[in-house]
Amino acid sequence: MNSNAVVSFEAVTKVFGSGSTEIRALNNVTFNVFPGELVAVMGPSGCGKSTLLHVAGGLERPTSGQVVTAGRNLGDISAQELASLRRNDVGYVFQRLNLIPSLTAMENVMLPLELDGLGSRQARHQAAEALERVRLGDGLSRYPDDFSGGQQQRIAIARAITGTRKVLLADEPTGSLDTLAADAVINLLASLAKDRGTAILLVTHEPRFTAWADRVIYLRDGQVVDESIMSSSAIAEGTVLP
Amino acid sequence: MHTEYVSVREGILSLLAEGPSYGFALKTHFETATGGTWPLNVGQVYTTLDRLERDGLVVMEETDDQKLYRLTDAGHDELEDWWEAVPNDGPPPRDELLIKLLLALPHGKEHALAVLSRQRSALAQILHARRQAAITTGANHSGELGQSPTTFAAALLDDAVLMRTEADLRWLDRCEARIVADLKDLTTTGGPEAGADPGHRADTNPPRPNRLGLMRRNRR
Repeated sequence: MNSNAVVSFEAVTKVFGSGSTEIRALNNVTFNVFPGELVAVMGPSGCGKSTLLHVAGGLERPTSGQVVTAGRNLGDISAQELASLRRNDVGYVFQRLNLIPSLTAMENVMLPLELDGLGSRQARHQAAEALERVRLGDGLSRYPDDFSGGQQQRIAIARAITGTRKVLLADEPTGSLDTLAADAVINLLASLAKDRGTAILLVTHEPRFTAWADRVIYLRDGQVVDESIMSSSAIAEGTVLP
Repeated sequence: MHTEYVSVREGILSLLAEGPSYGFALKTHFETATGGTWPLNVGQVYTTLDRLERDGLVVMEETDDQKLYRLTDAGHDELEDWWEAVPNDGPPPRDELLIKLLLALPHGKEHALAVLSRQRSALAQILHARRQAAITTGANHSGELGQSPTTFAAALLDDAVLMRTEADLRWLDRCEARIVADLKDLTTTGGPEAGADPGHRADTNPPRPNRLGLMRRNRR
């Protein structure tokens, strides 16, 4: 375990089912994600990308191995601590935005905060700050349908980054967007990593997004088969042959 | 006819369709129009203009000791034909990446997968490096959140490089899926790899990684 890592997997295996129906979704996976890093997770459908994200965020427990997210060992964490982790430290962004059409952008971001017990005034303050960060500060009172697909995804990202979350887990967040809007969303995620030190784990099918990633982890059949550390100097130094 | 010659030739015809021009001005306009990616030798421009004049597509007149070039009707017709023609390099493609992977297969599928991984990492590095360079020069054109590109042509050019590299990466992903599926079939059926893949020599000794992480056949 690397103590500087915000997400740390050590020999993690996740098995679904048993006997002839057993599926080894993750098989002895080890990697770290550090503050301010955008790590892309790529691989063919069914390779375990989404399972990896679910295990990192405590939505699934590993069958074996050790997972530490935001300083908490998810193997021996209580249900209460896990809920606290999801509320305060980890944000999720999915392809399906799950925005409520009858609520304004501001209310959509405020809702989970208020459900979490935060006072209306404080929730409004945090929501406005998050929407400002995704550059939607001037659209607080508009409804989701008034926004483009890319802007709606930014509302969903704002909802995921309220407060002081250390980790953002994004599962195909641009799946329903055109290429320009998709690039803008990834650009935003990269700037959140750089400017705020948020660690971002991005599951994607889009090879183009490796341009924004600090590292790329390739999965195949639940195993890490390749890990590319992105470095502009690597090509110049001749350590990577184009 | 050489592709580059065709493009410079038709590029000059295209610029002259906007109005008469001089050789050096055509060189500058061509370089601007192609996003600064294609620097021309002025001698190349004059050679092309001489050929166009020979073919009756442009006429030259001397004014104040300068040569002014003008498009003829035949030149306009030639340009119209070019706009309508579809670029066709002709299949099959023979770029280095494709040939490298095809040649890797007879060395064993594990070797091919290692070559594939290496190429994929390198392409991803290139994408990353280009984006870093774009950030450094301020040529960030990634949608509504980006800054203005240095020029519109440069933005389109960057998009082309990005999308074509992405196409190569997608192709490598597809190759990987096919190779892995084939390996799984062999595992489940227990059949010899050489039998399932004509032209492949079955490994009698397992491959071992070389210093680049690629699989190397044991020397006999």
